[in-house]
Amino acid sequence: MLGFSTQTIAEWSGEVGLEGRWHMQSPVDPAQYDKGLSLSFESEYSKSWDGGNQSFVFKPFLRLDQIDDKRTHVDIREAVWIKAGDDWEFRLGIDKVYWGVTEANHLVDIINQTDQLENPDGEQKLGQAMIKFSTERDWGTVDAYFLPWFRERQFAGNRDRLRSQPRVDASQTQYENDLEQHYPDLALRWSHSVGDWDLGLSHFHGTSREPSFSLGTDGSGNSVLIPRYAIIDQSSLDVQATLDDWLWKLETIYRSGHGDSFYAATGGFEYTLVGIAETDNDLGILLELMYDDRGASATTPFNQDVFLGLRWVANDTQSTEVLGGVIVDWSSQSKFFNLEASRRFGDNWKASLQMRAWLDVPLNDLAFSQHRDDYIEAKLVRYF
Amino acid sequence: MKKHLLPSLILITINLVAAPLWAQTLEEKGLAIATETDLRDTGFGDFKAEMGMLLRNKQGEESQRFMRTRTLEGSGDGDKTMIIFDRPRDVKGTALLTYTHKNSSDDQWLYLPALKRVKRIASRNKSGPFMGSEFAYEDLSSQEVEKYTYKFVEDTELEGVPMFLIERDPVDKYSGYTRQLVWINKTEYRPERIEFYDRKNSLLKTLVFRKYQKYLDQFWRAEEMYMENHQTGKNTLLTWKDYKFRNGYSEGDFKKNSLKRAK
Repeated sequence: MLGFSTQTIAEWSGEVGLEGRWHMQSPVDPAQYDKGLSLSFESEYSKSWDGGNQSFVFKPFLRLDQIDDKRTHVDIREAVWIKAGDDWEFRLGIDKVYWGVTEANHLVDIINQTDQLENPDGEQKLGQAMIKFSTERDWGTVDAYFLPWFRERQFAGNRDRLRSQPRVDASQTQYENDLEQHYPDLALRWSHSVGDWDLGLSHFHGTSREPSFSLGTDGSGNSVLIPRYAIIDQSSLDVQATLDDWLWKLETIYRSGHGDSFYAATGGFEYTLVGIAETDNDLGILLELMYDDRGASATTPFNQDVFLGLRWVANDTQSTEVLGGVIVDWSSQSKFFNLEASRRFGDNWKASLQMRAWLDVPLNDLAFSQHRDDYIEAKLVRYF
Repeated sequence: MKKHLLPSLILITINLVAAPLWAQTLEEKGLAIATETDLRDTGFGDFKAEMGMLLRNKQGEESQRFMRTRTLEGSGDGDKTMIIFDRPRDVKGTALLTYTHKNSSDDQWLYLPALKRVKRIASRNKSGPFMGSEFAYEDLSSQEVEKYTYKFVEDTELEGVPMFLIERDPVDKYSGYTRQLVWINKTEYRPERIEFYDRKNSLLKTLVFRKYQKYLDQFWRAEEMYMENHQTGKNTLLTWKDYKFRNGYSEGDFKKNSLKRAK
């Protein structure tokens, strides 16, 4: 491919964020904190040469947390060399990949491990080592991945909120396969856009990003959860139909190897009212249904839930946006509320606010450990 | 016989456009002017350019945007365009891919670099502001002839330069406008000024094209486009620089994978 320039272009950019989290209720475990500050740094170095056909991206990340030493963590989000031809692309290094279309739940997205220390929403990811080859043809795009190194999920420490009860002891992690983190994962994806439709069919074979847990004890005799990673096969389909004001979305997976084989699906729509009341404001209405074949024994809280959300976009100079929603479990009636708002200040600052709350969570629900962890998080980011 | 066919065809075309048009209706004349304007901009192949936007509100507060754009001329259907955002910094790396269609709504994909997610978006919101500016998405998208119906209004002048004044009405029911008045330079067949009328048919905005430059001996591009909103008192100055034509772009440079690579 021909890029923007024939010379070598190198560039640094970055962001520094300060955030404060405040939990309104007393914790389940008295060791857990009520409020705390934390700092994050993310920087990006990118360089392109060979007329834009080759590039290198390096993106380190660091978080320093006032309270919890587990949440203080470093990661290489990206360190990847990219070479592109007219209808193909090769990537080697640590990279991040996103698959899927729905908003409330991300079933299909499987290449990268979730960084749940950053945010419980599952949208933050750890960098993944990979060799990737893609080809783009008239009949669609094929991506083939070789993933030589598995990243374990990272769990909150003893003092942190938003963790399981009892806590997870990652030092006792078990693997189904003796190769453990060295078990090579493979993935293949076909995706295509036909008219108003965007389709993706994928298959993944390798170590499950999501662990299962068994009860055990740590060195001091305290109860802990021990994570175990199985070798799985996961086939998935993701579809979006973009029809005027309507986005219709569906993600569905079939997984074997992780307990009994099962399927799960998330689907729904986003309908946008453009320019409400003769202003520049857009209002989006989101509805998604989540279903997991395993029912009450599912490893996710989204086994039979409905998500209803509103997205308000001001389309102003400061890019003001608010997304609010509730996820209701239609069998247990437990509710999870989420509100996210953000606004830019000047050219280089951005402020955001996040509020999360759990309501009517029964004892046997997976979210029960967090039912007293309602919080407000305020964040200020400076971009460089 | 064959030898004579081509010059006579050209003669017919010239007649349609430039001759005293007593045989034409006002609609036919308006369409003929729009078609000639489009024809004169046909054959550029591809181009890239850097875009800057200076947004100013009623109180005089300013805000800046920087983007890079590249366009591949469509053969048969509309153009393909990619816009990569550089400033403000929180949206740096965000990229927008548009496939313009002559007879249906455009296809658009937005790449969000923080999540590495490519989102297909509804081009239905074409009437919305582009990056908080006074330009709507539809003002910046490829101006295909088929997107409007036309009517010739009058022969007129703008600062002493002879102009055709035509009215064009958007075909798409989702357009934010009932009609637009376009002043087209009689010698160069390029737009010099556009007035936009909102859904209630009141004057909403005026766009003025400034500092036209000619590229490859044929293609006119304005270095400045000044949009003024009469209802809010806000304005946006869009500047274009470093135009480069015929970069040898192919279809492969305007796909979802190239969107993710576009830095």
